[in-house]
Amino acid sequence: MDTDDHDISLQVNGTTYRRRVESRLLLSDFLRHELGLAGTHVGCEHGVCGACTILFDGEPVRACLMFAVQANQHRISTIEGLAAKDGQYHPLQQAMHDYHGLQCGYCTPGILMTMSAFLDENPSPNEDEVREALSGNLCRCTGYQNIVDAVLAAAKTMRG
Amino acid sequence: MSTRTLGEPVKRNEDRRLLTGQALFIDDVELPGMLHAALLRSQVAHGRILKIDVSRALQRPGVIAAYVAGDLGDYWQHGPVLVPPPPIPGIVFNARTQVPLAKDKVRHVGEPLAIVIAESRYIAEDALDDIDVEIEQLPAVVDLEQGLRAESALVHDDVGSNISAHVRQTKGHYAAAAAKADHILKRRFRYEHGISSPIETRGVVAQWDGRAGQMTIWDTTQAPVFVRNGLAGVLGLNERQVRVIAPFVGGGFGPKIMMFYPEEVLLPWISMQLNRPVKWIEDRLEHFFATTHERGQIHDAEIALTSDGRILGIRDVFLHDGGAYDPYGLTVPINSQCTLLGPYVVPNYDSTFTQVFTNLPIVTPYRGAGRQHGVFVMERLLDFAAHELNIDPAEIRRRNLIPPDAFPYKNEIIYQDFAPLEYDSGNYEPVLDMALEAIGYETFKDEQAAARLAGRHLGLGIACYVEGTGIGPYEGAKVQVQSNGKVSVATGIGTQGQGHFTVFAQIAADQLGVAVSDVNVVTGDTDQFYWGAGTFASRGAVVAGNAVNEASKVVRKKALKLASDLFECSEDDLVIENGKVSITGIPEKFVSLGDLARQANPMRGAVQPGTEPGLESTQYFGPKMGATANGVHAMIIEMDPQTYELKILRYVVVHDCGTVINPMILAGQIHGGVAQGIGNAFYEKLVFDDQGQLLNASLADYLLPTALEVPRMELSHTVTKSPLNPLGIKGAGEAGAIPAGPLFAQAIEDALDLKARGVELTEIPLSPSRLFELTRDLR
Repeated sequence: MDTDDHDISLQVNGTTYRRRVESRLLLSDFLRHELGLAGTHVGCEHGVCGACTILFDGEPVRACLMFAVQANQHRISTIEGLAAKDGQYHPLQQAMHDYHGLQCGYCTPGILMTMSAFLDENPSPNEDEVREALSGNLCRCTGYQNIVDAVLAAAKTMRG
Repeated sequence: MSTRTLGEPVKRNEDRRLLTGQALFIDDVELPGMLHAALLRSQVAHGRILKIDVSRALQRPGVIAAYVAGDLGDYWQHGPVLVPPPPIPGIVFNARTQVPLAKDKVRHVGEPLAIVIAESRYIAEDALDDIDVEIEQLPAVVDLEQGLRAESALVHDDVGSNISAHVRQTKGHYAAAAAKADHILKRRFRYEHGISSPIETRGVVAQWDGRAGQMTIWDTTQAPVFVRNGLAGVLGLNERQVRVIAPFVGGGFGPKIMMFYPEEVLLPWISMQLNRPVKWIEDRLEHFFATTHERGQIHDAEIALTSDGRILGIRDVFLHDGGAYDPYGLTVPINSQCTLLGPYVVPNYDSTFTQVFTNLPIVTPYRGAGRQHGVFVMERLLDFAAHELNIDPAEIRRRNLIPPDAFPYKNEIIYQDFAPLEYDSGNYEPVLDMALEAIGYETFKDEQAAARLAGRHLGLGIACYVEGTGIGPYEGAKVQVQSNGKVSVATGIGTQGQGHFTVFAQIAADQLGVAVSDVNVVTGDTDQFYWGAGTFASRGAVVAGNAVNEASKVVRKKALKLASDLFECSEDDLVIENGKVSITGIPEKFVSLGDLARQANPMRGAVQPGTEPGLESTQYFGPKMGATANGVHAMIIEMDPQTYELKILRYVVVHDCGTVINPMILAGQIHGGVAQGIGNAFYEKLVFDDQGQLLNASLADYLLPTALEVPRMELSHTVTKSPLNPLGIKGAGEAGAIPAGPLFAQAIEDALDLKARGVELTEIPLSPSRLFELTRDLR
């Protein structure tokens, strides 16, 4: 059976990649297994758990619900690009560490990407707004409380 | 000793890799030439296999191999009985364990029929559609009571019934106690626990290196040492030829300790056949069938009391859904049987259970591991007794608490660790008092009345529980000072987010006078540490933690001895801190731990006979029995009386798990447990039809609580040390999840005045729609 392949070019965390991909290749599989950016985790492959959330032209999307070909000529950010080049944490990463907002850490990349977009949009959220924004990401370890506190603390840091 | 970190909220060593996307999880393992597996699974719950033909699949480009049961030859074997039945007189246990690929018969939806190996996962899944399968469907055993009727279909024909196990345990004489009782109350309870559903599913990667004669298996297991030993045995290899690595594991909560899952058996063998690495990653749909569940019990329970609400005895007869196979023995129902007794004086107890084979996925422990079921029965019995005897619910609990001078308290019946159930230590009443104070129990009735006038329905629940934790047999740890002065700790348990990289580091750091961040902990790699049992039953911190402590003490002693030789002084005159050993009062007279480690491994010269090289020690710790933690949860809810939408306004946890190693990590364990308890009580239900089909096998339909359902929790602790281990620790991993069921039932009854209206909530999970059904007649 012939496969339906396409040449794509996209930018991930500021680096341009050119690859030939099968049309049915999920964006999550492409990032993880073709580009080696395995920090984007896959939890359900049906768009519910949020673990695979990335930023697509700055907007949070589920990488398991997109095909790699759809990313052609687009700009993607993943967890690997969140900290500064010198390794300094993004305020959200620092707050998650400080407030014990992660346990097994599997859902964490998706939560960080979702919340970084959320704080860009709403720099001064209250707890209810954080919980609403977080409700599309499932975490089975933490009970969310420390994540909520971390996001509120990060928002404060980012406001300066 | 430098500043103690034990008891401090030290931030986690493991966070950086996890926060930056650099931690290695199973699906991140990429190997040259790696192949990918997909499994064809039964779509019927019970049936006779007439045909499985993979020939068309093998013709698909990119497919390398496909196997059915017959292709495995002698390698096809039933799995081991992972936990043998405890030594209880009169016990019946019919061991029927799972197989790698079904032969002759399928016994639950999702049971593997064939495995396809291809160049990519996509091709392997395509090829599953090429397989020709014919199965003659048989009636499915789904309902526990129907399954025990003579006319029922049989899950295992050769057993002659669907009885997997039958156990009776007694303490005192219930019948004699009941004869003297003022009040006897009897109810039927149904409690279902769901699936653990970690956000990372399971996975296995196997790499056979034919030249080296070495097998490496990456596995999302909670028990790597047992997986290594078991697989070495079946593969015909020496244990030293097999290395099992449990990398970062994205949540476990129990089911990841089951063994062997069919995929764990199949992939290493296939890797040897093909001499190429093979990967299998479970998808979420598979997870609902291929990973074990916990599920349900039906209890017919009776409590005998005095008129002032003192328990004289309890009789309980219950059915436990064991699923299609029983490799995990009786751990779950034994936990239910034992934990039902709770923190109360129950002088007479007569408990009988029957574990029933059903055509549903296998049942093994999931966080709480049957304790929830027992706690629900006891707490509900006390609620109904309080109502009937007109005693306050908190007061009836207080009257029955085991007094502090009664420890160690013997409950006599056999627990999951095969020892007679004995509570090591406890002081229960202050925990109840703190919870009542924190939730505002005294003033709640007024608040409730005021709210009701405003049309708001508030309800309060309070529930007590104990948790047997920290069971044996043992764990070990190797502690080693490196030449760079940093400390390496290796243990055999696996880790799934519990903070082991930090709490074990704290224990070693305190003994060796180094920074916690300078202690590197390795868990779950059988080449780094050879022995161990695994992470389960809230035992990691208790058992492995104490092993780390013992090994660290020996290394400390070695360091002091070497330094005392060097300085020609007494060990008593030395202080070990900041990575150095120095003479007390003369800080400039020091030697670094790294230098001592180098000197302990000389390249030339003679050493004293019997000298061990290096600054290192391996020690083991095994408690004589489990340590018993306890707690009280209290909750205030608001419920919409029309829609039954529920909002948790307050959630209080007061808990005693002995010595606290790291309060930040402990709080995280409690938070997560409570969230799972809330899911169990009100959101998560596995819905099967009468053919054994799971009707809600997606995360869109099986509802895990989100940040909107889990409230802010208010935590406090008391500390009653365990006398069973030198650190005084009790386990804490499961506590949060245990009492949520009775809390919800009680609070909902309270909010909707259900008791006065003649409705009792005797089942979990509840949900708005289930509450609507239960109260339909009132409307």
